[in-house]
Amino acid sequence: MNNKDLSASGLFVATFRRDLVLAFRRKSELVNPLIFFLMVITLFPIGVSPEPDFLAELAPGLLWVAALLATLLSMESLFKADFEDGSLEQLLLSPQPLFMVVLAKVSAHWLMSGLALTLVAPVLAVMLFLPFEGMPGLMLSLLLGTPTLSLIGAIGAALTVGLRRGGVLISLLVLPLYIPVLIFGSSAVQAAITGLPLGGYFALLGALLALALALAPLATGAALRISVSG
Amino acid sequence: MAYKWLPRWFFQLASPRWCYQITGQLIPWFAAISGLLVVSGIIWGLAFAPPDYQQGNSFRIIYLHVPSAILAQSFYMLMALAGAIGLIWKMKVADMVAKSVAPIGAALAVLALLTGAIWGKPTWGSWWVWDARLTSMLVLLFLYLGVIALNSAIESETTAAQSTAVLALVGLVNIPIIKYSVEWWNTLHQPATFKLTEKPAMPPEMWVPLLVMVIGLYMMFGLALMLRLRNEILLRERRASWVKELLAVKA
Amino acid sequence: MAFESFADFIDMGGHGLFVWLSYALGIFTIVGCIVQPLLQSKAIKRDLRRRFRREEGSA
Repeated sequence: MNNKDLSASGLFVATFRRDLVLAFRRKSELVNPLIFFLMVITLFPIGVSPEPDFLAELAPGLLWVAALLATLLSMESLFKADFEDGSLEQLLLSPQPLFMVVLAKVSAHWLMSGLALTLVAPVLAVMLFLPFEGMPGLMLSLLLGTPTLSLIGAIGAALTVGLRRGGVLISLLVLPLYIPVLIFGSSAVQAAITGLPLGGYFALLGALLALALALAPLATGAALRISVSG
Repeated sequence: MAYKWLPRWFFQLASPRWCYQITGQLIPWFAAISGLLVVSGIIWGLAFAPPDYQQGNSFRIIYLHVPSAILAQSFYMLMALAGAIGLIWKMKVADMVAKSVAPIGAALAVLALLTGAIWGKPTWGSWWVWDARLTSMLVLLFLYLGVIALNSAIESETTAAQSTAVLALVGLVNIPIIKYSVEWWNTLHQPATFKLTEKPAMPPEMWVPLLVMVIGLYMMFGLALMLRLRNEILLRERRASWVKELLAVKA
Repeated sequence: MAFESFADFIDMGGHGLFVWLSYALGIFTIVGCIVQPLLQSKAIKRDLRRRFRREEGSA
């Protein structure tokens, strides 16, 4: 990052680009959340029942839960690499506003996790016999919901970044906080299937996203400072 | 940072020694009063309050279920508040209070869940039902467990206190959102919500013992909190001279 | 009294198991939350006294 990029947007873009470049260096890891998503979906027909009617009924919630779990699983990598090579400490010491840095990192991470899951979801929805009417509801609810999941998950990742086996702990800390997004997201898909208007659901999901955008990076920044100095 | 508008006792609270002394004086009073209230509340609720018109005598579980639910929620707020004070003013005692509250709050949440579930069996016919109140209480338990787990995972006491304070505050902000979303979810899946507790149309013979139990249990678990806090103070301040003197006298 | 006899009191109109189980859990929780710190306090004080004696002995 050179001195020209002292503006907030410049900082955002620089951090965002850096994280994307670093993520793409390990292309094999990018696809892990997607494979996990697919595998979890596959477990249900195998473990419970492959009946189309049964799966179709489960599909909205199941797709959302699987996407949620896949996001959760990928959260640990958000700060881990930077923590281990010391660049996280450098970021905290610099005068750059931490809010922007966190926002940029979470955005880059979301592109690789939440957005990827959203794009892959229709394929998995077909495997679960989700009615075609549900597809727009599914994609839009995931599009609006997964950023919130990434933002909230970042708090958990920041709180546990200094711990050796922080992965499972992140899930424990963050899952209760995911429940509202899950409720509104899966209900949106249900509503899409039954033909009800979706505006209200998206408004709610949008409100949660707005709240998360405003507050989560603050909590994440505070947690990072605490974890790194500890 | 000394704020002129804060009363003197607020800053006295910052002294672990002062807290140890004052809790030592409060404990006998809390024990006596809470013991009296809880025993009389239980006897009143079990033997003297009239049975409910619809639920019969299983209604008496209310005298445990409602106070434990209220306490579980209040203690979470206390934990978050203490954590915030410890975070902002760097008070060790506030951190110790937050750490001491967590297991008590979790135990109360478990009690609220168990009594709620047991009450559900004669009322609704099954040992568990996913209604809004029980589900929200379960999520509250998860929030408590998360705080306890994070605290035990971090080795440094100060880092642990600060991290759990942030987590408790994040949880606090989320609690109204979770409650609203769970209630909304519940109305989608249950046409009629059965209420475990009567509306305020409860006659005094029914709600007075409830009030007695709420106050009595508040004091009793406040007592439990003070006992845990004193242990925490002794452990963390063990190098201080006043601790050495205190223990040497009893030797 | 809301009950005619002691047997009625225990039976609770058929709901005896539920009521008494709940109250048993309640009492257990209350007693547990109070007794546990009391026992821990004894252990801590014993431990600290031993440590102080050892430090003074080696001083």
